[in-house]
Amino acid sequence: MRNFGFATTKSRTVDYSKIDTRLIGYILENEPTFNACLSCGSCTAICSAGNLTNFNIRKLSLLIRLGELEKIHTEIDKCMLCGKCLLECPRGINTRNVIMLIKKGLTIFDIKDQE
Amino acid sequence: MIDVLIIGGGIAGIQAACSLQDLGLETVIVEKEKTIGGHLNDWDTLFPTFRSASEVIDYYTEETRKRALTIYLNTNVISIKKVDEGVFEVQTSRDVLFRSKSVVLASGYQLFNAERKEEYGYKIYDNVLTSADLEKKFRRLNGQPFKTPTDKTPKRIGFIHCVGSRDEKSGNHYCSKLCCVTAVKQAIHMKQVCPEADVFCCYMDLRMYGPGFEEMYREAQEKYHVQFIRGRLSEVSENSDGTLQLKVEDTLAARPCRIQADMLVLMVGMEASKNTALFKQSCNLECASNRFVKPNDHHIGSNQTNVPGLFTAGTSIGPMSVFDTVNHAKSVAFAVNEYLKNSEL
Amino acid sequence: MENYFVLPFTVGTVILFSILLVKYALWISKLSKIDKLRIVQSIFSRRTLSAIKECFMECLIHRRIFKRNILLGYMHMSLAFGWFLLIVVGHIEWVVYSGTFVTYPWNSIFFQYFVHESFPGEKIMANIMDFLLLFVLSGVLLAYFKRINSRMYGIKKTTKLKPRDRMTMCALWLIFPLRLLAEGATASFYHNGGFLTNSVGRFFEWIQISHTTEEILWWSYSISLGVFFVGLPWSRYMHIFTEVLLIGIRSTGVKLKKEFNSYSRIQVYSCSRCGICIDVCQMHISNISNNQSVYILKNIRDQNLTDRKLFNCLLCGRCEQACPVNINLNDLRISQRIRATKEYNSDYAFLKTLPVEQPVEDKTPEVIYFAGCMTHMTPGIKKSVLKVLEKANVNYQFMDKDKGACCGRPLMLAGQYEAAKKLIAHNREKILESGASTLLVSCPICYKVFKDDYELGQISIKHHSEYFLELVEQGKITLKKSDKSIVYHDPCELGRGCGVYEPPRNLLKMTGNLQSIQQEKVNSLCCSGSLGDLCLSMSDRNTIKAETLKVLLNQNPDMLATACPLCKKTFVKGVDIQVKDIAEIVAESMEN
Repeated sequence: MRNFGFATTKSRTVDYSKIDTRLIGYILENEPTFNACLSCGSCTAICSAGNLTNFNIRKLSLLIRLGELEKIHTEIDKCMLCGKCLLECPRGINTRNVIMLIKKGLTIFDIKDQE
Repeated sequence: MIDVLIIGGGIAGIQAACSLQDLGLETVIVEKEKTIGGHLNDWDTLFPTFRSASEVIDYYTEETRKRALTIYLNTNVISIKKVDEGVFEVQTSRDVLFRSKSVVLASGYQLFNAERKEEYGYKIYDNVLTSADLEKKFRRLNGQPFKTPTDKTPKRIGFIHCVGSRDEKSGNHYCSKLCCVTAVKQAIHMKQVCPEADVFCCYMDLRMYGPGFEEMYREAQEKYHVQFIRGRLSEVSENSDGTLQLKVEDTLAARPCRIQADMLVLMVGMEASKNTALFKQSCNLECASNRFVKPNDHHIGSNQTNVPGLFTAGTSIGPMSVFDTVNHAKSVAFAVNEYLKNSEL
Repeated sequence: MENYFVLPFTVGTVILFSILLVKYALWISKLSKIDKLRIVQSIFSRRTLSAIKECFMECLIHRRIFKRNILLGYMHMSLAFGWFLLIVVGHIEWVVYSGTFVTYPWNSIFFQYFVHESFPGEKIMANIMDFLLLFVLSGVLLAYFKRINSRMYGIKKTTKLKPRDRMTMCALWLIFPLRLLAEGATASFYHNGGFLTNSVGRFFEWIQISHTTEEILWWSYSISLGVFFVGLPWSRYMHIFTEVLLIGIRSTGVKLKKEFNSYSRIQVYSCSRCGICIDVCQMHISNISNNQSVYILKNIRDQNLTDRKLFNCLLCGRCEQACPVNINLNDLRISQRIRATKEYNSDYAFLKTLPVEQPVEDKTPEVIYFAGCMTHMTPGIKKSVLKVLEKANVNYQFMDKDKGACCGRPLMLAGQYEAAKKLIAHNREKILESGASTLLVSCPICYKVFKDDYELGQISIKHHSEYFLELVEQGKITLKKSDKSIVYHDPCELGRGCGVYEPPRNLLKMTGNLQSIQQEKVNSLCCSGSLGDLCLSMSDRNTIKAETLKVLLNQNPDMLATACPLCKKTFVKGVDIQVKDIAEIVAESMEN
């Protein structure tokens, strides 16, 4: 097909039919509350790790939902599991379990960060 | 025996009494406070028109006088019992036992106690107020310049939405529905009394559901430059000079923010009043999971409860604006009238 | 030879002791060098005597079970102590008869079958043996009955058995009734029994079955012994011998490590599955009944522990408190969590790149205050602690005022030990650098990890309740007493975790009227907010919390006091009365 000059190196469009659902599927199977997120951001702002680094747990969970797992590993390792987000979450999501499941999921599916 | 006993002398109770009287029914109102009007007495102005709340109170005071409604003030209801088909016995703190053919619950709501959300610092930091506190402040203002509780002219003022609503950790999973529009109204009001100050609102979702609400929101943005930050407040700490530091994520920018503010207003949600639980026990009244009274039919019978002869008017079934409350109180008159007519047959 | 019937017993015994010998030798050899040295050094010390005493009191008499329930205690004692005496006295009987000390074990075990002629003291010995047999039989009877009605024994829920256990248990149940019948059968010919066996013998004579049954009964008795012995190492009865080993090793000062090692294994095998830990577990309130310590230990043995069970525990320590064998149930579970999450620990590389904060004052502080993550969510506590410090004129440094790393305990609870070590090293350095002599902590979760894992040397670690009490005793602050009635909730990490029960109570007695309640101190309930549990849903937590509150508010106090920000945050959303931390109460009752 003729390229009309609109093509970029990598499309930023999310194709919902082609999402990598391995990790999100694994998390939801073990912690269904993960789906109840309102994206209110209170977990991120209260986060002890977010206070010291640019760690953003809410953004991370959005990326996991979209199956964009290229940078998850380095990011999730910043979490100190202190539990402030667990106390703050208005939807009662078991955030600490979600974090542990992400860590375990990355190991199970052997997902590594991409440069 | 009275036709209808109305519990609560707020606008719902008085309006219900007026409408019932119009239908030729005899009513008695029982009110626990020393005046009628309920929560509206604490409010300064009403959205979306900025009409003074006292105008509404004055209207109902005048109606009460004109119609010579029977009202027992300073009277607490202890229990409601349905003793027989069509006979209710209501025990009150005045040693008076009322007997009536029907009862209207217009006992209203209570505000969420913001102390329960300790990380927001209410009653710990001086410059943290609730929306109700701010209305009282506005009422007492009388043209004087606005000062923070620590007696400073505020430069930055924050409004925090959803305090004690949509928060399962506070025990209230539901949306209180009126706090969003109240916050916008109060933010505009704040800008009117402190034009120099920066005013911002931290919200999860803005639910501008009613007529004139969206217009007010737009006005707040365009005319008053109120800043809207999409993020739920996480915690507040106090600086040594009494100003406050807020931690909140701007979720649209996906960046955690630290905001300095001179004053913080917590938009406290509406909860079922404690009396509702009391009535629930004494007459097997069914309540919903949000602890408000459960309407018998959500669509075509919202005044009816699971107990025949026991009706609701206003916020005893859930958060409602003044507008909705008055309408709900008017409709209860028809529901009661129909019930009494049918039970006489 | 007509004595072949001793074969099942003999084979069973040989197999049992061979297995035990191999297993125990393996376990002990796998202990760390230091632990082995400890054992060697204390073999000939007074510790051995106290270990023998403990073995007698716990393995035979079952004192701790007696404390819980007399009937349950008696059942265990009659079986264990009774059987022990049967063996010992049985041997004495042989010695009295033969005049020799050493003999084949079957000679004393099946004494009545082999020895028919009379000897001096025969009647007395036989009667003593019969009395002991009766003693054991009463225990067996109680054990039968326990399976029907466990409530009488103070047990609401009893353990679920698996086939291996059931088989071994049946063998155990049969041993003593068969012994009675077998001895009775023999006594019907020779009248060599005591009051019990002779009566059975006469009954056998009367119904004329002695001849046909004697041989069968002795065979059955021997087989049931053999089956029990062979089944023992593979069933819960392994605890009988392992508990002795555990007490011996524990008495030498060997402690449980973070990693699951052979000492942990000895603890696991010492579990008798008595089920006492099941009833004290609050998880039942939310109908969770597969994750109690007894099941976890069983799963560890069978190597089929799931994450769901492993991480679904509040780690409140109530079961550990109740365990009659004193197994370190919490630490055992944590060591399993460490094992389960070993592959994905963080290294927190960012800690090294954090900007170094310069202390504002160059004066060395007396106290370094670590508020912790949870205290930052309860500004009332934080503000009160600082107010008291200012009032008492304490020279302090606020370590995590603005930015701070977590203490590491939440990671530890989740099994992320390697990750926790990184945070510990980071914080430890900061604390030591400050030069302070006291580390003040307002969160019991932090307090526990500072005490257990930080190795801060000379620095004394104080929870604010301890520190404030000292300030009062030194006259640096004075407290006003009000007439408010207060009930105190012991935070798990502070109470059972660190043994701090009295300082908060002493402070509360100075500020109000402290109510005492049924379940307090070591028996206190968990608020349900614990970070120890990773999977528990919010609604389940609320259900558990509601039950705890019922106990706490039983006497309608004016105020609910606690000493933990997490407990406070958990409770405050469930009650109408005031919930306050000790720090807030002290700050409010200070006299000017």
